[in-house]
Amino acid sequence: MFGDYSLGDLGAIFAMQGFAGLILFSVYVLMALGLAIIFGQMGVINMAHGEFMILGAYMTYLCSAFFQTYLPALFPAYFFLAMILAFCASGALGMLVEWALIRHLYKRPLDTLLATWGLSLILQQAYRSIFGAREVGVELPSWLIGSVQVTDSIEIPINGLFVMAVTTLITVGVALLIYRSRFGQQVRAVMANRPMAGAVGIDTEKIDRYTFGLGCGIAGVAGSAFTMIGSTGPTSGQLYIVDTFLIVVFGGAASLLGTIASAFSISQTQSTLEFFLSGSMAKVLTLLAVVGILMLRPQGLFTLKVRR
Amino acid sequence: MDRGLRSPLRRKLLMGLAAAPALSLLPRTAFAAGPATSAVSTTGLAVTDTEVTCGILHSITGTMAISETGAQQAEKLAIAQINEAGGILGRKIKIIQEDGASDWPTFAEKAKKLLVNDKCAAVMGCWTSASRKAVLPVFEQYNGLLYYPTFYEGLEQSKNVFYTGQEATQQILAGLDWVHKEKGGDTFFFVGSDYIWPRTSNKIARKHVENVLKGKVVGEEYFPLGHTQFNSVINKIKLTKPKVIFTDVVGGSNVAFYKQLKASGIDLSKQVLLTISVTEDEIDGIGGDNIAGAYSCMKYFQSIENENNKKFVADFKKMWGEKTVIGDVTQAAYLGPYLWKMACEKAGSFDVDKVVAASPDLEFKGAPEGYVRIDPNHHLWSKTRVGKAKTDGQFEIVYTSPELIKPDPFPKGYQ
Amino acid sequence: MKNPVQTLTKSVTVNDNPFMKPIEWLSLAVLALVLLVVLPSLLDAFRLNLVGKYLTYAFVALGLVICWGYAGILSLGQGCFFGLGGYCMAMYLKLEASSVENTKIQSTPGIPDFMDWNQITALPWFWKPFQSLPLTLILVVAVPVLFAFVISAALFKRRVGGTYFAIITQAIAAILTILIVGQQGYTGGINGITDLRTLHGWDIRTDGAHTILYFVNGGLLIGCILIAQFVKKSKLGRILVAMRDKEDRVRFSGYSVAGFKVFAFCLAAAFAAIGGAMFTLQVGFMSPSFVGIVPSIEMVIYAAVGGRMSLFGAVWGTLLVNWAKTSFSESFPDLWLFGLGALFIAVVLAFPNGLAGIWREHVEPRLTRRVKGLRAPPPAIVPHGAPAE
Repeated sequence: MFGDYSLGDLGAIFAMQGFAGLILFSVYVLMALGLAIIFGQMGVINMAHGEFMILGAYMTYLCSAFFQTYLPALFPAYFFLAMILAFCASGALGMLVEWALIRHLYKRPLDTLLATWGLSLILQQAYRSIFGAREVGVELPSWLIGSVQVTDSIEIPINGLFVMAVTTLITVGVALLIYRSRFGQQVRAVMANRPMAGAVGIDTEKIDRYTFGLGCGIAGVAGSAFTMIGSTGPTSGQLYIVDTFLIVVFGGAASLLGTIASAFSISQTQSTLEFFLSGSMAKVLTLLAVVGILMLRPQGLFTLKVRR
Repeated sequence: MDRGLRSPLRRKLLMGLAAAPALSLLPRTAFAAGPATSAVSTTGLAVTDTEVTCGILHSITGTMAISETGAQQAEKLAIAQINEAGGILGRKIKIIQEDGASDWPTFAEKAKKLLVNDKCAAVMGCWTSASRKAVLPVFEQYNGLLYYPTFYEGLEQSKNVFYTGQEATQQILAGLDWVHKEKGGDTFFFVGSDYIWPRTSNKIARKHVENVLKGKVVGEEYFPLGHTQFNSVINKIKLTKPKVIFTDVVGGSNVAFYKQLKASGIDLSKQVLLTISVTEDEIDGIGGDNIAGAYSCMKYFQSIENENNKKFVADFKKMWGEKTVIGDVTQAAYLGPYLWKMACEKAGSFDVDKVVAASPDLEFKGAPEGYVRIDPNHHLWSKTRVGKAKTDGQFEIVYTSPELIKPDPFPKGYQ
Repeated sequence: MKNPVQTLTKSVTVNDNPFMKPIEWLSLAVLALVLLVVLPSLLDAFRLNLVGKYLTYAFVALGLVICWGYAGILSLGQGCFFGLGGYCMAMYLKLEASSVENTKIQSTPGIPDFMDWNQITALPWFWKPFQSLPLTLILVVAVPVLFAFVISAALFKRRVGGTYFAIITQAIAAILTILIVGQQGYTGGINGITDLRTLHGWDIRTDGAHTILYFVNGGLLIGCILIAQFVKKSKLGRILVAMRDKEDRVRFSGYSVAGFKVFAFCLAAAFAAIGGAMFTLQVGFMSPSFVGIVPSIEMVIYAAVGGRMSLFGAVWGTLLVNWAKTSFSESFPDLWLFGLGALFIAVVLAFPNGLAGIWREHVEPRLTRRVKGLRAPPPAIVPHGAPAE
């Protein structure tokens, strides 16, 4: 298929394709990070993860509308505020949900799946009642639109770079929080051994609530960032849920590094296959490969060496 | 929604109560607005001296609710207008609305309920092909009447269905001819969602490009419904450098595709993009900035200049709010109740067989799109228009086919 | 907090009774009476057909009781098996509906219409077996069971379980949906296989046929309940429960845990497949929307509402949820998702043993007390009631 093109063209395409893969990688990491905390660290199957993301997206939408009407001068910068708001809104809702629902179910992980599925239905309908059944268009500040011209033929989308930056920032932040802070130490202690953590004086209930809130908050930021590349509607969250879970499971649930590695391998496979095959087949083959590898290596790519 | 009439027994009782005084106590002249019920309904449809029942069957919940909202609003508007003007054959239209919930068996179930339990004289509804395919056997078995508003892939013709949208050749061919002639389009890249409508449409488009326009299709790609990552295909487009990108991506994927296309630096004021899946409704979600410059091929745009359309747009906004927009399917849905009314009046009856017999060659001059005619094959003759998307979410119409185009659901040479 | 599921388990495992206890026979008799006598005489043909459709989901719920309630394997991919069974049936019916006379207008008469639209000129090999009815009836069960076997053997041998298994089955449901939708020339794509007319020359679209199919469906369902009851009461059933609660102990006792799990999963798949085939017959089409994740999870909720440990509960749960769904969506189309979501949460939080749990904890003790009170003094403790269904 490449016979007809010049070497320069091909080089440029491969460079851009590489970036496409990296952007997809960032998107996947951002999607999966919140879930990796909730599912990987806490063992809660949060089927409403997509809806938390969409809450972030709707917050961004509201923010953009607000700035357009009342503070047009500050519009170019609204996106940063929107992401913070998205984090707060999703995080607060997450903590509420943890308090009302999840904390009763820590001993029954499969039941969290059903309960959060019910929650996702309720949230979807709530979005539909509040924002209408149609997708909403989020106005972006102009500096986020368009592409960077690297050479004559290589162009890199700015919003892709932005997503990559946000992903890096949040990943580093989460890693520091979990592995370097006192809070993270307590989180890991609670996850490793709840009664023992309680015994040494850690308020496990509080830790649970904050951890869940943190996971949901990151989902909200992801949703906010995705308004640049995807759609915002009541059911948009459903588009992400299967991919997200597979990434976390494939990475080995208890490991942040695993999640990143798995997002990298899945995104590269998919974006390469998409380039050489048709889109539908690429998706099927990627998913099949993931399931196939999981059958051979069910613990995922990375696992913590833990005695069970 | 009338909850009280759900049980068949209660329904019969109530209808009996309603009919009793009319038959015995009051003089017939009190209801002289239209012909006698026994004359206009002989097959047991839900027609009383004052009312006729019409079903509306769209998804109010689920993934398709996004698209079907407009259609459902237009149907309600048309029915309200008809009722204000005296109804059909002197009878007001009573609406029974059911939710298909974006789930095809639910559509079949609700269609059956509307026909068997509620005895609707006609049903306005369905949006996706899958939902139509699911209800079609029901309508044929119980001899119902369905007005289907969406542009679709063709390859179907049923006695019990009127298709008020375009079939594929009507929508695509004139648009391709235009892009070939005006924009010098000779190489095409097809991008679609992976299901029957895009695949059939692209098949027809490919035949037309290769056999009639003597052009070349340099790529054809399909993505699962709901796919949100298009960077790889955009790179392929950049590599193959087609004159025209031809798209039929639907739903949430649509939004993702145009946002990413815009971000990748493809400038739609230079690169020709022809789509058959973007109406004003979709632009709402995509954002006008992201798609400005693209050409869309439809039979109706909200910006059409004529008296019918001005009134339609004003009425629609009055009923559903200033901010609503009107897309191709919304307008096609608006035609349904009017075409039904005209057919009933011509037939002098609500009986499905008579309405169907009276329908061919009916002309509706009040259509917002201008003027339409029902073909004997139950599709509409209509014009094809090409609109250029503007940043405000409206289209500037750049081409209108000079004549009405004949519907051809089973096109020879395109299969 | 005391785990209610485990409390229940205790009462099941200590049970050493014959095949069915009197109260179970009574439950079965009541169910049969309602399904085969009461409902058909009360409902019109349309509503009866609807109940028939709901009951096809009850097959899936029944399978889930065995595989989730008893063996502890939660599958979020039961829609795959329901769909495969349904597709097998639909392929036979479609071939019969696409006789050469019926398809004269096509460029290749005698093949299904959607193949003709996709320029396929000969029947693909995997459609050929479906020209014969006996072979189809075998394949309806064999194909999904084989599929289930391949999935589960690979996963359980490697000790994948719990949440991982649930998520992998979910991914498989997603893959299968994309495949079916993408290969529209062979599968009918997103529209599914529609416009099915006759079964071996017998028109399945008439009200009369629907009624007969309803009774066949009801009969099969009761048959499946009996099979499930047999499994549950046999040694096998007790191993399943033991495995769910302490897998390692069962393994160390020398049992092949994987083998038992595979069996339970395949049995659930077989039930789902029968349900799918009956669905196709009664509704008249099959589409990929049953294969996906959403219907699969909904089917889990039927079992959960009925009570994940109760075979009869599964049937009642299915009927209740679907009835609620239909009447909710007829009366408040805008709000029914709130109701459904609330139901999910309520079942998990407040009634983890579903309808069966409510019955067992509140109704049955009273009944038992009253019955026994006539004969003997009440027993000392009936905290969770008898282990009956």
